[in-house]
Amino acid sequence: MPLNWKSGGVVLGLVFFAAVLLVKPIGVSTQFVILDAIIADAANPGLITKTEAGHTSTNAYLAKSGGKYAGNAADPLNYSFIFVLAMAGGALVSVLLRGGLGEDERRMPAIWRANYGDTPWKRHALTFLGGFVVLYGARLAGGCTSGHMMSGTMQTAISGYIFTVAAFAAAIPTAMILYRREV
Amino acid sequence: MTTIILAIIIGAAFGAALDRIGATSPNWIGRMLTLTNLHLMKTILLAIGVGSALMFGGQTLGLVEVANMSVKTAYVGVAIGGLLLGAGWAAAGYCPGTGVAAAASGRRDAWSFVAGGLLGAAAYMVSYPAWNGSGLLDGAKLTLGEVPGAGYPGLTGLPGDILGLVMAAVMIAVAFLLPDRIVSRPAGAPAE
Repeated sequence: MPLNWKSGGVVLGLVFFAAVLLVKPIGVSTQFVILDAIIADAANPGLITKTEAGHTSTNAYLAKSGGKYAGNAADPLNYSFIFVLAMAGGALVSVLLRGGLGEDERRMPAIWRANYGDTPWKRHALTFLGGFVVLYGARLAGGCTSGHMMSGTMQTAISGYIFTVAAFAAAIPTAMILYRREV
Repeated sequence: MTTIILAIIIGAAFGAALDRIGATSPNWIGRMLTLTNLHLMKTILLAIGVGSALMFGGQTLGLVEVANMSVKTAYVGVAIGGLLLGAGWAAAGYCPGTGVAAAASGRRDAWSFVAGGLLGAAAYMVSYPAWNGSGLLDGAKLTLGEVPGAGYPGLTGLPGDILGLVMAAVMIAVAFLLPDRIVSRPAGAPAE
């Protein structure tokens, strides 16, 4: 069972506040691009190049905004990239402290099993496809659930409201069609 | 170096919080999106309200640096991307942050989500020039009202900091007012 919504909400709200008080609002999805760029630059070293002012790339997306993404991929030891690695570490420690996930949940979530039975490969196919669509959408939108929905609406950003309305408008019917059986 | 230490502390706290509120579990995401259990929705609304109230309140008192705000551009692609993300989020039960956190927690299906995500982000990198040329990425960085010192124009002429506090109060109120579930229980299903 997760934390009661009142305690959980206050804890997460304090994290949002700490981020904007000390550094900047939370965001995650850009770091998928940064990891892609690190891998692609290792495979094809001409992708990211140094300039007098910083970095640039033969890829237009990495080169945009003065080569900001190219620079972050060239030096992954920056705030936003380490933030995402630390997030993964924090989630792992938290899971271990509450006794770890059961083998059943690690294999597939209960909601999947209740609706589609013990079909791990179907589940993997859907989460892979889901991941593709989610990150393509997040990059097109310029942010994801953290950057737009949480950090955006927290700052009364119009982009955050547009994103939130659009995301729920697609998510609610999709979930209702796919997951009819409750868990 | 300080920023790296902050990244580790705030990042770890965020990951732990996502785990503790149930956001890394597709079961809780599914319950929220099928409107059968809004516990997670109430948590997130309260969190945004609390974070927002502290931020705008702190700015008004001069305790929080207004320049730390980072408002993203509003453009048509935000809505298209939001629709795509919403569909994938509902199907997989993961979004970018919770997917990474879930993969780290040992959820094996989250690893395929992250792999698909890396490919999706790469596909966007390749297709970016077409989107950029379409004009769908053109827009402006706007907040509801102009926040003093933040440098973003307001959609309305109302004072942005006061409006921010009002919106924070609305979020918190909605968190309290939302029912536990909206969709009625299916006929014949056992009560919890």
